[in-house]
Amino acid sequence: MLWTLILLPLLAGAAAFALRRGVATRTLLVATAGAHAAMTAAAWMARPAAVLFGWIALDEVGLLFLSITSVLFLAASVYAVGYLRGEHGGDTSERVFTGCLLLFLAAMTVVTLSQHAGLLWVAVEATTLASAPLIYFHRTGRSLEATWKYLLICSVGIALALLGNFFLAVAAGAKPLVFAELGGLKGPWLNAAFLLLLVGYGTKMGLAPLHTWLPDAHSESPSVVSALLSGAVLNCAFVGIVRVQPLCGAFGRDLLVGFGLVSMAIAAVFLLGQADFKRMLAYSSVEHMGILALGVGLGGAGAFGAMLHAVNHSLTKAMLFLVAGNILAFYQTKSAVAIRGVARVLPVSGALWLAGLLAITGSPPFGMFLSEFTILKAALDQNRSVVAVLYLLLLAIIFMAMTTLVLRMAQGDATRPRQRESALAILPPLALGAAALALGLYIPPALETLLRGAAKLLGGA
Amino acid sequence: MAETVLILIVLTNLRLLGASRLGASIRTVAVQGILLGALALLAHGAAPTWGAVAMAVIGMALKGGVFPWLLFRALRQADVQREVEPFVGPIPSLLAGIASFGIAFWLSRRLPLPGGGEGLSLLVAVALFSILAGLFLIVARKKAITQVLGFLVMENGIYAFGVGLVRESPVLVELGVLLDVFVAVFVMGIIIFHINREFEHMDTDELATLKD
Amino acid sequence: MIPFVNILLALTLAPLMLGVINRVKARFAGRDGQPLFQAYFDLARLLRKGAVYSRATSWVFRAGPIVGLAAVLVTTAIVPLGGEPAPLPFPGDLVLLAYLLGLMRFVTVLAALDTGSSFEGMGASREVTFSALAEPALLLGLAALARQSGSLSLSKMYAALDFGAWWQSGPVLALVTAALAVVLLAENARIPVDDPNTHLELTMIHEVMVLDHSGPDFALILYGAALKLWVLGALLVGLIVPVRTGHAWLDLAAALAGMFVVAVAVGVVESSMARLRLLRVPQLLVGAGALAALALVLSLR
Repeated sequence: MLWTLILLPLLAGAAAFALRRGVATRTLLVATAGAHAAMTAAAWMARPAAVLFGWIALDEVGLLFLSITSVLFLAASVYAVGYLRGEHGGDTSERVFTGCLLLFLAAMTVVTLSQHAGLLWVAVEATTLASAPLIYFHRTGRSLEATWKYLLICSVGIALALLGNFFLAVAAGAKPLVFAELGGLKGPWLNAAFLLLLVGYGTKMGLAPLHTWLPDAHSESPSVVSALLSGAVLNCAFVGIVRVQPLCGAFGRDLLVGFGLVSMAIAAVFLLGQADFKRMLAYSSVEHMGILALGVGLGGAGAFGAMLHAVNHSLTKAMLFLVAGNILAFYQTKSAVAIRGVARVLPVSGALWLAGLLAITGSPPFGMFLSEFTILKAALDQNRSVVAVLYLLLLAIIFMAMTTLVLRMAQGDATRPRQRESALAILPPLALGAAALALGLYIPPALETLLRGAAKLLGGA
Repeated sequence: MAETVLILIVLTNLRLLGASRLGASIRTVAVQGILLGALALLAHGAAPTWGAVAMAVIGMALKGGVFPWLLFRALRQADVQREVEPFVGPIPSLLAGIASFGIAFWLSRRLPLPGGGEGLSLLVAVALFSILAGLFLIVARKKAITQVLGFLVMENGIYAFGVGLVRESPVLVELGVLLDVFVAVFVMGIIIFHINREFEHMDTDELATLKD
Repeated sequence: MIPFVNILLALTLAPLMLGVINRVKARFAGRDGQPLFQAYFDLARLLRKGAVYSRATSWVFRAGPIVGLAAVLVTTAIVPLGGEPAPLPFPGDLVLLAYLLGLMRFVTVLAALDTGSSFEGMGASREVTFSALAEPALLLGLAALARQSGSLSLSKMYAALDFGAWWQSGPVLALVTAALAVVLLAENARIPVDDPNTHLELTMIHEVMVLDHSGPDFALILYGAALKLWVLGALLVGLIVPVRTGHAWLDLAAALAGMFVVAVAVGVVESSMARLRLLRVPQLLVGAGALAALALVLSLR
């Protein structure tokens, strides 16, 4: 079954390059997304067996991130149908777009399923290469600049991660690089390997100060792509770091805490006075990746909080990006100061925009509140008061920065008449938002077991 | 013998740091690729397997032939000035290169090898030096093509490291690295073409509209 | 073993090297060229002439050539030729060598500045810049050799070099050879660093500094330049022709043959290259310094 999960999007992506008519490609996209989601749901019931000598297997961490990716991709593909229909971009670019999207899904699936360090690395590299043409969809000068920065910086990061894998191989000696079998290593090679992997995958994840490609790429690409980049790819890079972290002990955890706080600080600085709302969302992603790193770095209950946070963040951020896409499509500008009265002009999108703001900054009753609170509690339980104080302070600054921007956009008189919003543009973000809200009120036991299992794999509780 | 090849690799890196013409830089990277293929053959000791020989030959063909051809083609299509245009001039670059070699050497002392002798420590130093030199080239040069060359040099360093030290599945390692480099360079070549077509230059320093 | 044979050979044969170089260059140009012993005839002629001193100069101008020649004469006493120890070796004499060459350069520059002419001043500033860049290459290269042999005396360093040493640490010695070759070309004002035959303002470095000297002073300068070429050539020959058979005369003969080869090589290089743009000369010298630094780092293993 695992082979099907990987091969289905791969073959569909290859096929998409050959299809001529737009309708055909869009149907293929949604169908594949639906099939992928269905198979992932089946995997919840009955965990499939490992294949390829245990290199590809589904453990708790893998299932969690696979589910996030699958749900996000389904929502994004439904949204993409409406988006592509409205784009009139021409056959070739739509084919390339759909094909790359499906290949992207295949690569992300492999990342979540991989138990071998080398295979994980190949898959992360594949996501970089598959997403570069997606960022360049609009063929403007700005998107070209963003694509170049993305490609260069992420390739350098991936190259460093490759070196980290080699160092890991040296530290492991004769053992194969399967994560489950790598326990009990120590020495300078292991620490150097972890540092390189952290820096390399951290570049792809968006940890500051390696995040410089993120605001450009996430703001210049089409909103569908931004949603997937923020919601799924950053998580996949996180998976790469998270799998190696248990091998490394305290040294790795302290590094993660440091990177996490730095990311939050840099995001806070750049969010103050931000004028572009998509860049705002991108910096918010940097912040939340910092929170993820902080959670895993704290360990214990923090790891559980980080896993929950990954789910919440992906759902909320994807919803926000899709809504931002609606706003951009209507107003044709990314400048937050030029837009007023979204709540009146685009009622559903405006409501979702406001709800998203509350969610992403960690207000109850949304799920983010729970996960951020759990991480805070973990910090206080470990008597790391400096970390806790900085965490709260930075969260507060980010809340202030983002609220001013979003409220200014949403409120105000309507300068344009009220618009009818197409179902395809509203339903995906609405569904994602509902899920984020639901998770704040009630975590289903199956999910909780999965989260606990994932946290335990990471050395937490 | 392997030591001579390693020192020649160091010399190619220094040449790249001090070069001022794009054509010379591309040719130097080609020479470095061929030297790496030779290193791959030598590192296997007295009797390399057929797989190793095949991988070395493919590596030499790709890095010594295909990549320079791709890059020269991008240069011709772009029709740009053939100067390197650095942020950091040739003399400070050379001095930075020597400093990097010192750092790489010191790091190779700090990372003791599990089962190696003297030759291997020089390999670690040269590999780390190539990585540092590649990173320096990416950061200190303006033109997009030189940044791709810096990336290639970095990958060469990683490849050298993989060749020398990863004993168990070297073929898989080399394949992975080669594939990574090939696709990355290919995609980057396409992007460079687009950059030039869009902006009529290849100066990434001028790609500065997106900022806060 | 005749004592001080090194010094005798240097004193008598140095101008011959200049003759060989000029002959090689002429042959490359398709001419027959000057006689091999032309330098000796030039020296004799200049010594017979009277000197003309500008009224703007002082004792510094008169002292320049004398002190310079004295400095380079002392170096002939510490540089070994052909594996034989020099007449006055001691640990640390490689530093003395560098400083004696520096002293010679310093007094030449002072004499040039003493004339008060901007022409010489320009030459002086160029010369000082390039020598400042060449000196690290020389010192680092010699330091690498010192590390290889474990001794700080030039004679012991070169006595330790033989074909076996090349086999064992070939790369280090090759890098030092390359660095020393570039230093030789730079210090002796040869192409590609400077053109010894030019008299155009744009292209002169060394020539312009000695424009105002005449008669015996110029003879001293010419002889000093020949001796400097001999000394640096001896350093190079000790590296590339490390014949150490144990018989003093054989080694000396091999070394002399090596000096001849070095002179021919310099002539060939001068004939086949153009002088580098002034902008590029520092890059060449820093490159040579980089090679020497690399050799030193490698020899530290």
